Amino acid sequence: MRLFTNTNFQFVKNRKTFFILSALLIIAGIIGLVVNGLNWSIDFTSGVAAKVNLKAADSSVSPLRIDQLRSVLKSNGFPEAEIQHVGDLADASFMIKIKSPKSESDVSSDTKNRIIEIIVQNFPDHVKGKDVNRDVIEEIYEVGPKVGGELRTQALMAVFISLILIVIYVWFRFELTFGFMAIAALFHDVLIIIGIFALTGKEITIQIIAAMLTIVGYSINDTIVVFDRIREDIKANRKDSYEDVFNAAMNRTLSRTIITSGTTLLTSLALYFFGGSVLQDFAFAMTLGIVFGTFSSIFIASNLVIEWYHFSHKEKQSIQHLTKKK
Amino acid sequence: MKKISWRSLAIIIFLCVTAFYLAPLAIPNLPQWWAEKTLKLGLDLKGGMQILLEVDTSELGASDAKSAVDQNIKIIRDRIDKFGVAEPSIQKIGEDRILVQLPGLADYSGAENLIKQTAMLEFKLVADPVTADQVMQSIDANISANIAFFPSLQDRMKPLNPADTTAANTQSVFSGLFTRDAGDFVVQWDVVPLVRELLADTLFAQVVRSGYQLALDKPDPTTTRGERRIYVLQANPELTGGEISKAKMEYGSPNSTDPNVANKPYISLEMNNDGARKFETATSNNVDRRLAIVLDNIVYSVPLIRERISGGRAQITGKFSAEEAHELSIVLNTGNLKAPIKPISTVIVGATLGSDSIKSGKMAGIIGLVAVVIFMLIYYKASGFIADIALFFNIGFILAMLTAFGATLTLPGIAGIILTIGMAVDANVLIYERIREELAAGKTPRSAVDAGYKRAVVTIWDANITTLIAAAVLYNFGTGPVRGFAVTLAIGIIGSMFTAIVMVRGIMETFVLTGTKKTMSI
Repeated sequence: MRLFTNTNFQFVKNRKTFFILSALLIIAGIIGLVVNGLNWSIDFTSGVAAKVNLKAADSSVSPLRIDQLRSVLKSNGFPEAEIQHVGDLADASFMIKIKSPKSESDVSSDTKNRIIEIIVQNFPDHVKGKDVNRDVIEEIYEVGPKVGGELRTQALMAVFISLILIVIYVWFRFELTFGFMAIAALFHDVLIIIGIFALTGKEITIQIIAAMLTIVGYSINDTIVVFDRIREDIKANRKDSYEDVFNAAMNRTLSRTIITSGTTLLTSLALYFFGGSVLQDFAFAMTLGIVFGTFSSIFIASNLVIEWYHFSHKEKQSIQHLTKKK
Repeated sequence: MKKISWRSLAIIIFLCVTAFYLAPLAIPNLPQWWAEKTLKLGLDLKGGMQILLEVDTSELGASDAKSAVDQNIKIIRDRIDKFGVAEPSIQKIGEDRILVQLPGLADYSGAENLIKQTAMLEFKLVADPVTADQVMQSIDANISANIAFFPSLQDRMKPLNPADTTAANTQSVFSGLFTRDAGDFVVQWDVVPLVRELLADTLFAQVVRSGYQLALDKPDPTTTRGERRIYVLQANPELTGGEISKAKMEYGSPNSTDPNVANKPYISLEMNNDGARKFETATSNNVDRRLAIVLDNIVYSVPLIRERISGGRAQITGKFSAEEAHELSIVLNTGNLKAPIKPISTVIVGATLGSDSIKSGKMAGIIGLVAVVIFMLIYYKASGFIADIALFFNIGFILAMLTAFGATLTLPGIAGIILTIGMAVDANVLIYERIREELAAGKTPRSAVDAGYKRAVVTIWDANITTLIAAAVLYNFGTGPVRGFAVTLAIGIIGSMFTAIVMVRGIMETFVLTGTKKTMSI
């Protein structure tokens, strides 16, 4: 079986169209960022997130409704609590989030225990016959203000450092223009995904940051495969115009790029649909990353290099430089 | 027989290492030293608790601060060992932080209390009623003179006094919070949080007459809306925990007339010689006064001194459950922390969620794996089959290496393995696509494979090193689960490079490129 053999898509000629498409996606994302902002999770803002299972052991007890839980928490001193249903209604699993406690002091340590206390006292029927520690508490995260702030700085630093290191590596192996354009393509990927997270209001958790960094690594991988082919073909076809060489290289790597993205997409979709609630947002980010990372590797990164050569009028010199290097 | 090449040697080593570390997962009844080397599950899969603690060294000098953190770690480890948790992990993070991980733990609040208690035990005399009243009055006077510093009390005064601040109210601005019961001060449950906050305030400490301090008694564990008492104590302790040699939980005699003692758990204390002597002096000088037993500024009990007590024995009775009494005996035996600690972040994962995560992770992995395997078979036929074999070895290699490094498998780690399944075929795809191109150009399978490998390997290196850079950064940034993800990703990349470049080629050389066949299945 073969897909995309001997294709001759006009990637280079139509590059303006791709740029416009990307620009639209990025602009939409930026608007989302400005309007909605990012929904940072408890990991970064500090506060308490508790997932509790309040499915009554006794099936005659009517399932707990979200507004019952909300009003009880409200009247017990947590009016700011955000409550969400997790999974099926019948499961009666709830995520309770109380972000950024007002005080800078260590109130959160008590908040956690208070929430559990309030639940146990107010919904005895739903807790009866269950071990609170084992069966009711599914998950609790409690993050103090100091840790949250530090983590946000660290996350931004991590993304930044990995981008710099990759520029250095690509510069060393190819040349600076390629390095910068590869990074531009990465920014493009990350910006679009952050934009989608802003638009959908999904939470940015530590796992999402991990997904972003993986996408950075994954997308650069695709981009480099194309660059590598360009470097090789330039040496082999010195007489052809660089636009033709670029276009041919993009076409030749097309089937590999699509196949690898396809297999990775298969696994990330498997994670999204079957990997359970905890990994769902992570898989969502990964899936988006694979789609846009592949898009930018095929349509954006190399075209940006060409655009830059046009802009700087030093095409010949650069290409000679490239052929000399290895 | 052919000479053994470096390639077959590398493959043999790869297989042996993988088999060695995977054996404990698959084969029961291995010798102990071998079976021990099994893959550990992270807290997010096994369930349990993780607390990040910060040591408050602000009141210590630089050299003391450093040793205080280390001593605290030792004390915490001691307490956890006595509490009984399998495979605890206690690490120092940075200068003044301690990360405690307790996998498989179920009693979350008990463990948290046990860890964070400073356990500073003190015996302090309760001020006599007349003095106590004087202390309270001076606090009232000092606070009303500086009411701007106590906004919580200022707010409290307003609704009582919408028009003006009359003397009547300012006079009892603080003591008015309490009711009286035979000379003691009783705090109703709804003002307890306010009082607790005030007692923790350093400004408040300045308005209390020097030589005295205020402390709440221990809450009743059976109810959250119980009233509490507040005591005026002499600040200078008669005796401290340092003079206790042994603490033990015991049960009170069923015949006792005191409801707090009969059949109730209590802590018996034995003092060292020094402590016994001090205790004897203190009791003989203060007959008919009450001696408060104070732990971390909470009054546990206030027994009346009836006579001089010699022999260096004392008891802490009070409203505690058997679990609390047990924890208390542990913290008293392990000594008090050298500097107070407070939890700055806590993660609790229930055992149910953990096992659900493993189940769904396995499910997603199997589905992803089957999809990729079938795709490779259809797309590359026999060569796809070889790549699939390599893929299985690669997954085995990841699990084996995680075991070898003593890493723990976390949920993001499982996600990493699943994603690696998709990414790992990349190296093979690169090679196969090149081989196809070479075959299309009219080369024989033999030279097409050689040329395909030669060209694709450069690309594989370039592309994977950048991914490794991202994984390395991720490792440095993350803690716990995210780190596990970075490690699996990195091992997966290395494994996929090895299997594609060395193993698949070895299989091809041995089985496919024999004789002078004119075609190959790719």
